[in-house]
Amino acid sequence: MLAYTLKRLLAGIVTVWFIATATFTAMHMVPGDPLMNDKAVSAEIRANLERKYGLDKSAPAQYVIFMKNMLSGDFGISFTQQNRQVNDIIRDHFPVSATLGIMAIFFATIGGVLWGALTALYRNRLPDIIIMFLVILGISVPSFVFAALGQLLLVNINSLFGASIIPVAGWGTLSHMLMPSMVLGLGTMALLTRLMRSSMLEIVNEDYIRTARAKGLSPSRIFFRHQLRNAILPVITVLGPQIAAITTGGFVVELVFAIPGLGRYFVQAVQQLDYTVIMGTTVFYGAFLVLMVILVDILYGFIDPRVRLS
Amino acid sequence: MNQSYKPTKEDFQPAAKSVRAEQISRPSLSYWQDAWRRLKKNTRALISLYIIIGLALFTLAGPFLWNVDPALQDLNQISQAPSWPKQAILVDPYQRWGGIVLDNFPAEPDDYLDIIPAPTNLRVVDVATTKRVRITWDPVVGAGGYSVYRNQRAPETINDLGLPLGVTDGGNEVSFEDRLNLEQREYFYSIVPTDGFDESDTYITLVVLPDLAITMSEARERNLLAQDTKLGDSIAIEFHPFGTDYLGRDMLARLMEGAQVSLFIGIFAPLLFVLFGIIYGGFAGYFGGQFDSLLMRFADFVVALPFLLFMILFKIAFGIGPGESGVMPMLLALVLLGWPSTARLVRGQVLQIRENAFIEAARLLGAKDHYLIIRHIIPNTMGVILVTLTFAVPSAIFTEAFLSFIGMGVAPPTPSWGSMCNEGVKTMLSHPHELFFPALFISITVLAFNLLGDGLTEALDSRMRSKE
Amino acid sequence: MKYLLFLMTLWSAITSAQAPVTSADFEEQTISIALTQEPPQLNSMKATDQVSNFILPHIMEGLVRYDRRGRIVPGVAYKWEIDPDGMGATFWLRENALWSDSKPVTANDFVFAWRTTLAPETASEYAFILFPIKNAEAANKGKAKLTDIGVTAIDDYTIRVELERPTAYFIKLTAFATYFPVREDFFNSRGDSYAADAQDLLFNGPFRLTEWVHSASLKMEKNETYWDKEKITLNEINAAYITEDSRARLNLFIDGKIVHTRLDGETYKDALTQKQRIRSFSTGSIFFLEYNHRAGRITDNLNLRRAIQHTFDSDKFVNNVLATPGNLAAESLFPVWLQGVDDKFRKEYPAEVAVVNKGLAAEYLAKAKSELGIEEFPALILLSGNTPTATKQAEYLQGLLKSRLGLDIKIDKQTFKQRLAKMTSGDFDFVLAGWGPDFDDIMTFGDLFASWNLNNRGRYSNPDYDEQVRIALNNVDPKTRMEAMAKLQKIIHDDAVILPMYEQGVIYLMNSKVRGVVRRVVGPDPDYTYSRVIK
Repeated sequence: MLAYTLKRLLAGIVTVWFIATATFTAMHMVPGDPLMNDKAVSAEIRANLERKYGLDKSAPAQYVIFMKNMLSGDFGISFTQQNRQVNDIIRDHFPVSATLGIMAIFFATIGGVLWGALTALYRNRLPDIIIMFLVILGISVPSFVFAALGQLLLVNINSLFGASIIPVAGWGTLSHMLMPSMVLGLGTMALLTRLMRSSMLEIVNEDYIRTARAKGLSPSRIFFRHQLRNAILPVITVLGPQIAAITTGGFVVELVFAIPGLGRYFVQAVQQLDYTVIMGTTVFYGAFLVLMVILVDILYGFIDPRVRLS
Repeated sequence: MNQSYKPTKEDFQPAAKSVRAEQISRPSLSYWQDAWRRLKKNTRALISLYIIIGLALFTLAGPFLWNVDPALQDLNQISQAPSWPKQAILVDPYQRWGGIVLDNFPAEPDDYLDIIPAPTNLRVVDVATTKRVRITWDPVVGAGGYSVYRNQRAPETINDLGLPLGVTDGGNEVSFEDRLNLEQREYFYSIVPTDGFDESDTYITLVVLPDLAITMSEARERNLLAQDTKLGDSIAIEFHPFGTDYLGRDMLARLMEGAQVSLFIGIFAPLLFVLFGIIYGGFAGYFGGQFDSLLMRFADFVVALPFLLFMILFKIAFGIGPGESGVMPMLLALVLLGWPSTARLVRGQVLQIRENAFIEAARLLGAKDHYLIIRHIIPNTMGVILVTLTFAVPSAIFTEAFLSFIGMGVAPPTPSWGSMCNEGVKTMLSHPHELFFPALFISITVLAFNLLGDGLTEALDSRMRSKE
Repeated sequence: MKYLLFLMTLWSAITSAQAPVTSADFEEQTISIALTQEPPQLNSMKATDQVSNFILPHIMEGLVRYDRRGRIVPGVAYKWEIDPDGMGATFWLRENALWSDSKPVTANDFVFAWRTTLAPETASEYAFILFPIKNAEAANKGKAKLTDIGVTAIDDYTIRVELERPTAYFIKLTAFATYFPVREDFFNSRGDSYAADAQDLLFNGPFRLTEWVHSASLKMEKNETYWDKEKITLNEINAAYITEDSRARLNLFIDGKIVHTRLDGETYKDALTQKQRIRSFSTGSIFFLEYNHRAGRITDNLNLRRAIQHTFDSDKFVNNVLATPGNLAAESLFPVWLQGVDDKFRKEYPAEVAVVNKGLAAEYLAKAKSELGIEEFPALILLSGNTPTATKQAEYLQGLLKSRLGLDIKIDKQTFKQRLAKMTSGDFDFVLAGWGPDFDDIMTFGDLFASWNLNNRGRYSNPDYDEQVRIALNNVDPKTRMEAMAKLQKIIHDDAVILPMYEQGVIYLMNSKVRGVVRRVVGPDPDYTYSRVIK
């Protein structure tokens, strides 16, 4: 186990290095640069700016400098927010995105497993049809629609009660997190419902289930002890990258609900070609993703003893 | 046995051979033949088939039956909800109006009053049409100007007057012409007197329902005129069964044109990247070890790349000129960046399945690796694969919409369902039809593939067969 | 049936009720607002964007400031004098203007700030606004020493400014954020993190920044050391939300969380249900279609541009495409609010308007074709941003030019930086562009298309145009300057340098309990300095 983890971590570091290099290359190949702005500046000022930020050097030279800095943990200063260190940006805003992401995953997993199991157990009857209809709706309608509708729902609830009981935007307390995380988790919930359903359907006819039933075990015991554990593997498979995707992709939700997360920063950084923020966040996200995948793979072995980790 | 049984010699004679007992009474079917047979009988699959045929007809035959130009803008019918065919009156082209400025009334008030009384006799000048509404009122002493407001329902308080259309220049300018995006609906105009600086707390309201109007030259341009139509006649204008969008373009025609791109991307991109993901994940999971590690790390690498940045790069790398529709490059980009999730899912399933006894048995019988993978393992992962496919369809459609945001994908004015959704979201509450229809079509497509997936699962998955 | 009725009444109760307003507190005199984005730069010497230019004048003050009616009134300087020849000015500072650490604001603070802004290492993008000062441009280019710049502190409370050329509007310039003072010792003590957080700034304005949670919120509280604090009623401005999404801000307004939100073409219809006064206001910015005038480009042909000029109907565009109140049809590069000699510039020198005329347009088009020696025009590239407004306008133009002139327009949608890159390199035929005023004088628009101006991305070059710009730059007499600008206006029309599209107006909701908020064309907008909460 230890050897396996170490090997994976090493491979992870190599992966992150590749990610950084590919992103750096792509970033410099795209036209435009962080210093361009609506109001044009004179050639002299531009030269000064380039010198100040090290953009006057060739791309390979900049790469070497970047790598050296990265190894000492310094991702530089943001171009758009010229007094903030990228490290500070990540440190201040990632926990927000992470909290949002974890809550979203929490909703998605509980919901997904529950609805999926329900549809499998009541296959082709009314609960199945209703839930599947909602699932289809959930994935055919874009996420910003749900975010806007969710916020509108909160506004209406508040006005109904005559008091602002649930905040419609912002961040800080648990009630701020409810609606955004539900909206964020919807897509994943739909996916997990579907996955859960299909893997439950496969299992429900397995011999060992029939044996368990013949032995006289109660349905709930069968469900929790046997069915769930076997059906959940695809869900776990997806969960790792989904956590990473949700934490990094919460841009729309962060925008609509005015949440100071890293997702917004990242998208704006790409649009503004803020080199340092792009590199810092990509490397950070890459490392996070790799870590999640490693965790999930280790989790496999615990859940399904048949899966040998080579 | 409660009666005594005495065996006789005849009992031990051999029985007659019956050929029929050894006949196979049903034709022997292979796995795929059986699956196909069962698929044909499956209700869900049948429904999805009908839907898919419907969509195909809509996309391919639709434009010929509904021969309307999706790019034709009609500023007279912006964001119209679906309705029956409308009639419009022919009018003269717009002429600037001088307004009504009185000679015998002061522009600035002689005295500044605390409360200026509300103006009276607010009325329409000429006929109110959707080209312009001209209103006038009687001046009131103490006014140095008048503020004009417009609402879409009766105002309840002074704060509820609606949109501020403008202010007239002086107490003697007692007219206003409204041309702001007039539709054929009730408008409530309110006039508030000001003393030149601050508004009073009084107002008067008038309800106006403008007639839908069109000028002769516009009608001529769009071939709506018959031989003997003249000014003042009522003619039928273009019919938009699904309404129009924010530039007055026909929704139905746009949906048909958008179907081409969205369905193409929505079907082929998922098929391709799922196929690739299956092969990749299948082989990685089966062989395991270093090979698996390498393949999976590469998959992680692809997932971690910043999507937007690489899409911009792709757009440049493929040399898509400005305004060109880069559909093939976009397809390629979607496939290149979309396969990892399928690969990982399939690999996970394969890891589980390869431990099963029947795999070992088949291997003992001499099955080669690729035979095992393709013939035994992958069909058992069908459940997961079909789920991914179902989710990949709307995901591809929305990613395409997102890409047109950065200029990749279809170029304006070519629509796609995803970008129509993007545009419709903004007017979601006031003009829901702009969002509703593209979302509906996307839902129908997803439903079709979902049902197909379910049907296929029931047909293909060996473990589900015993349910029958 | 009864159930249905119940649901309907419930629904109407839901959609018409409003939450109680917590965003404006009469007792505490506090208001809550939302910002559209995190201020990228609160260093007054380098700030370029709208949000920073909204916050900075609330927390700092320059030599002069704007009053409620938009006139220049004393700020840190209580008196000033411009030399008769317009080549210099003297400012006398009041002695009771203090920084938030109670030390006085001195002449040195201004001298230091202006020198640092112009220093090449600072690389300030707004350094150009200091260029009327003698040797400013040279110093910025590294060709003169910082001490050569024409600003000196005669003593602690007197500043002497020497100008490069007679600048009639210099006083107005000093209200701009880049001219704000910065104290040398404080700046040096903070080094690189100056203005990075609330504690890394000194304040001499009506409010001080007390809290700054990046990307989340910002709080400004009344500055007790401000010299004119008696005039300030508001105790706190709490920017509690930061989001670009206008619908989210509308929802916050409806929920009673903020006192102001701007409405756009889609959200205004939802705002009509709110029973709050909707107001409109002209931002003073002009939006236009900028042609590429580089040699070899099709759009360099005058007749083609004239054909387009006689096809585009700005009225129709404003009324049907933009479809919100407040926008004005554009007739000229110069918006209506600019001051002329005694009255508004556009009243004294009305702009010529090109009449929309299909026949005339077709004639020009035919002339263009024969001049260029082509049968049909090749596809023309319209560069546009990717915001929804830009897309809508671009699509409208595409449809219009196709149906009226038969021109094939390709829309080149680009994200922000890529669009800038293309504009700078000239890789477009026309582009949707706009310009907002920096200061209250006609020159803020006047030199836009001078051949030396880097913002003239279409590279329009006309010696007559340049000549008129120089006249306006080098003269103090208002009549001379305005005559020159009027000639310029005519050149823009005759030569179809740009296609003016609209003068921007916005509509917004403002909580009726908040009074005294000033909307400004130049200066912080909205300006809450003199506002108060009523019962």
